[in-house]
Amino acid sequence: MPRYFTDEHEWIDVEGESATVGITDYAQEQLGDIVFVELPSVGTVLDKGGDAAVVESVKAASDVYAPISGEVTECNDALEDEPALVNSSPEEEGWFFRMTIGDKGELEGLMDDKGYKAFVDNL
Amino acid sequence: MNAPNKSGWKPQMEVADATGEAVTNTGNRALMLEEPLLFEIGHAETTGVDLPEIDPAAPSRLGGLKREEPIGLVGLTEPETVRHYTRLSRQNYGIDLGFFPLGSCTMKHNPRLNEKMARLPGFADVHPLQPVSTVQGALEVMNELAHWLLDLTGMNAVAMSPKAGAHGELCGILSIRAALEARGDAREVVLVPESAHGTNPATAAFANYRVENIPATPQGRVDLEALKARLGPDVAAVMITNPNTCGLFEPDLREISDAVHEAGGFVYCDGANFNAIVGRVRPGDLGVDAMHINLHKTFSTPHGGGGPGSGPVVLSEALAPFMPLPYTARTKDGVVHLIEEEQADDFAREHFGGEMSSFGRMTAFHGQMGMFTRALTYMLSHGADGLKQVAEDAVLNANYILRSLEDLLHAPYADSGPCMHEALFGDKDFGNGLSTLDLAKGMIDEGFHPMTVYFPLVVHGAMLVEPTETESKASIDQFITAFRSLAERAIAGDESLKQAPYFAPRRRLDETAAARKPKLKWEAPEA
Amino acid sequence: MRYLPLTDTDRGEMLAKIGAKSIDDLFVDVPEVARLDGPIRDLPMHASEMAVERHMKRLAGKSTVAGDVPFFLGAGAYRHHVPASVDTVIQRGEFLTAYTPYQPEIAQGTLQMLFEFQTQVANLYGCAVANASLYDGSTACWEAVAMATRVTKKNRAVLSGALHPHYSEVVKTMAKFTGDAIADSAPAIQAEPDNAGLISRIDDETACVVVQYPDILGRITDLAPIAEAAHEKGALLVVVNTEPVALGAIKSPGEMGADIVVGEGQSIGVGLQFGGPYLGLFAVRDPKHVRQMPGRLCGETVDAEGKRGFVLTLSTREQHIRREKATSNICTNSGLCALAFSVHMTLLGEKGLRELAAENHRLACLAADRLVKVPGVSLLNNSFFNEFTIMLDGKPAREVVRALADRGVLGGVSLGRLYPGVERLQQALLVAVTETTTQDDIETLATQLEALIKEDAQ
Repeated sequence: MPRYFTDEHEWIDVEGESATVGITDYAQEQLGDIVFVELPSVGTVLDKGGDAAVVESVKAASDVYAPISGEVTECNDALEDEPALVNSSPEEEGWFFRMTIGDKGELEGLMDDKGYKAFVDNL
Repeated sequence: MNAPNKSGWKPQMEVADATGEAVTNTGNRALMLEEPLLFEIGHAETTGVDLPEIDPAAPSRLGGLKREEPIGLVGLTEPETVRHYTRLSRQNYGIDLGFFPLGSCTMKHNPRLNEKMARLPGFADVHPLQPVSTVQGALEVMNELAHWLLDLTGMNAVAMSPKAGAHGELCGILSIRAALEARGDAREVVLVPESAHGTNPATAAFANYRVENIPATPQGRVDLEALKARLGPDVAAVMITNPNTCGLFEPDLREISDAVHEAGGFVYCDGANFNAIVGRVRPGDLGVDAMHINLHKTFSTPHGGGGPGSGPVVLSEALAPFMPLPYTARTKDGVVHLIEEEQADDFAREHFGGEMSSFGRMTAFHGQMGMFTRALTYMLSHGADGLKQVAEDAVLNANYILRSLEDLLHAPYADSGPCMHEALFGDKDFGNGLSTLDLAKGMIDEGFHPMTVYFPLVVHGAMLVEPTETESKASIDQFITAFRSLAERAIAGDESLKQAPYFAPRRRLDETAAARKPKLKWEAPEA
Repeated sequence: MRYLPLTDTDRGEMLAKIGAKSIDDLFVDVPEVARLDGPIRDLPMHASEMAVERHMKRLAGKSTVAGDVPFFLGAGAYRHHVPASVDTVIQRGEFLTAYTPYQPEIAQGTLQMLFEFQTQVANLYGCAVANASLYDGSTACWEAVAMATRVTKKNRAVLSGALHPHYSEVVKTMAKFTGDAIADSAPAIQAEPDNAGLISRIDDETACVVVQYPDILGRITDLAPIAEAAHEKGALLVVVNTEPVALGAIKSPGEMGADIVVGEGQSIGVGLQFGGPYLGLFAVRDPKHVRQMPGRLCGETVDAEGKRGFVLTLSTREQHIRREKATSNICTNSGLCALAFSVHMTLLGEKGLRELAAENHRLACLAADRLVKVPGVSLLNNSFFNEFTIMLDGKPAREVVRALADRGVLGGVSLGRLYPGVERLQQALLVAVTETTTQDDIETLATQLEALIKEDAQ
């Protein structure tokens, strides 16, 4: 299951025709205690780079962008009651939403694990 | 009042505190008094007013919609009420208690004559829809205040109805939008400096404009060349704060205004910092088209724990015809008129010799009369000479603070020349992970209200100090001593600051918990 | 000058520390064109407390004080008795001279008061959550419409014809700029509001229906059918209340299905003040809408020692964090008016509010019964709380109000003042009666009205 990363600190797991999106460990650490996640509704059509979700700490609200284009098929409802999952398990239990893959070609511009690590080390 | 009662409230300081000091039975400590919630001490059947008992046989014409279920309110008798709120008040810091250098907020002394005048029945006990002949005194206050505001700003017209600064910004931006639309000019963009107060972009967005940031120079001022390069037929307005949020005067404002006008746009000036220049500089001389004035800042009306404010907006000749209704105007015969929707056109033709095309109404009624009375009282007290001295002393105090701390604390714009009425510092030299927040909380233990923190956003760990003109030199010297000591501790990485405040009614509060599981209303505890 | 503590010696020492020769050195950044050579001309110089007081008292004397004459005005601002202790509390410096509680450790007084205020308002309105106040009822009404468009992602608001015309004007003004579509009309002169007509205007594009309760003519209507019709089309019901005392007698909007309840809080604790400052109240029935609310919210939490405390919370909705994506641009609200409301409501309590409401209604019934005995006067309403509409047969109410004022009676608000140019409303007069109204006042209004009508007939 290949995992890709964006320079806006989202991760995306690709599994066949579907992908799962969340924010990276680095991102949650920068944001601090997450108090709320606003997720897109199922059926929302996302454009690559467009606003997809909002993640909030006490003093900041950050947009989460769609890593690729596609349609939202499922949201992580657990985050509604327990936004802290984004802090404790950002890259597993703290996933945000699943989506269809509109254009596989869009994945090509994203970073892999190594690439993202190097990117973060340079920040 | 502090005994447990049937609602379940009980004293919360049952254990010894961190220092191991003895505890009291009540949770209180002499003058440090805890106070339960109203809903824990009041009762549905208790009241502090004497009204006739309800006659169940009385006729009812309520359309069959009588409220049968309990409302969920509780009452206290008068002595209990006075005590409840007096005890609460003692957990609050106010200007009356001490130095309150909250940048951008102008926490100056609130003269008590203002309060007395605002309570005169001829102002306080008058209905907004009384026939105009019966409210001449109230209208004259509005007119006199308008006269002062116009003279102090060198502008042409003033809209009195905006309820606070942000509402005033909206008034200015909507006037601009109306003026542009009147000439068939659909523009889409409002330019706002990165250092602007959040209300600026929020207001522009509310009026359906796209917000673009304009960069600042390393000296903390609007980048004139970058701004000029961005101007064009799509730019409706530039919103500029002057003096700006970094505490500096914008020396290029006249040139900025000329360039914006040449490109067909308008200049909105955020007047939050007018206290630095009142009586000394008139924004009208700098080419400004619209500016709100926070009466609760510059003109001493009380901040009241978060309002009410008042934000009259002065306008240039180009924008005056578009100002919101209602407004007041005095005609040559000395009569003060209240101009509402129905008279607006005729009145403008007859007395202004032109068309009035107001963008509409922003609020019911005429604005914050109670604040107008207070502000006018303040202006009359100070006079033109006193107001000039206000600006000078406010600026002097801020520069004195800046120069007394710049050797120790990071002062990003100290080399940009004198500051205006605010001194700005940053936390970049703090050690051991300490931040501005820690210093601010340490300031609480020293008996001061902290400065504004983390604003403007362009400075890391910003600390914006606004002393105002109503502090004595002794008070400011004491503050400087405390500030220096705290800064030294922060730079040295004194970890004890991370737990400050130690002596306030509460230690640091858990804001994360509050936001994750919001509890915004009292609920009766489960039985 | 009595408000300026610095002495000339202080100023000299401070300039020396700064390294400036004179105060002008600190204003070097002001361009030449804007430098003034002295105090601004045409304005007076400073004045003593006594002199200022004399001037202000002279101005105050030029208005007719509501409490000095028989007084029957309402239409969104009501004259109620405010207990003396309310003013005492709000003048405590710790409340009066504090600001927005940015530092909660030293602002628990304001914060706990706001938490109590939010609870009082939410319960009064039959809602889950109320905010810490907005400017006034009319701007709260616009904020409700704006919020409904965010929640429903639709942009058409249907306003009842019986919504206060100033409130409609505010909404229409704002909508011109935001591009939201507004459908409204002036009220029809009839005993019952036209709910069927209102419901027929709700369609799939409708974000919200805005209804006033009691309405501008004083009528009280069951909101449940309107709520049901709105919800069927995926729209929210926004209910506006301009007289909170009424909710001590009639059902809350929340219990009848209103989604957003907003209103003017002025009646409780604030006073007339010629229109401001007033107090915008804002509440939602469904807690899931909280994150779309405008304005400040106070929430409960604990401090580092586990003691209960209060903070401003969910601030990411607000302009200082979200900037152009904020739910509103509001910053400073009506804190001290909220305190006045809360203190007065605490003095009343449930028992006092119910008694106050009953007394208002009792006197209003007496007044209505007395006024219809005046020849040429009829009562429009089937239902009312403390304000009703009378029709003056063949007479423009506006002129009658002015003539009454000349005779020392502030007799009500003419609909002609509120709806200039709407012909069918010109003979209607809104009459408000509160606990401050005496039976003598009612008698004076009736006899003066009768005299005026007779005079004209001759």
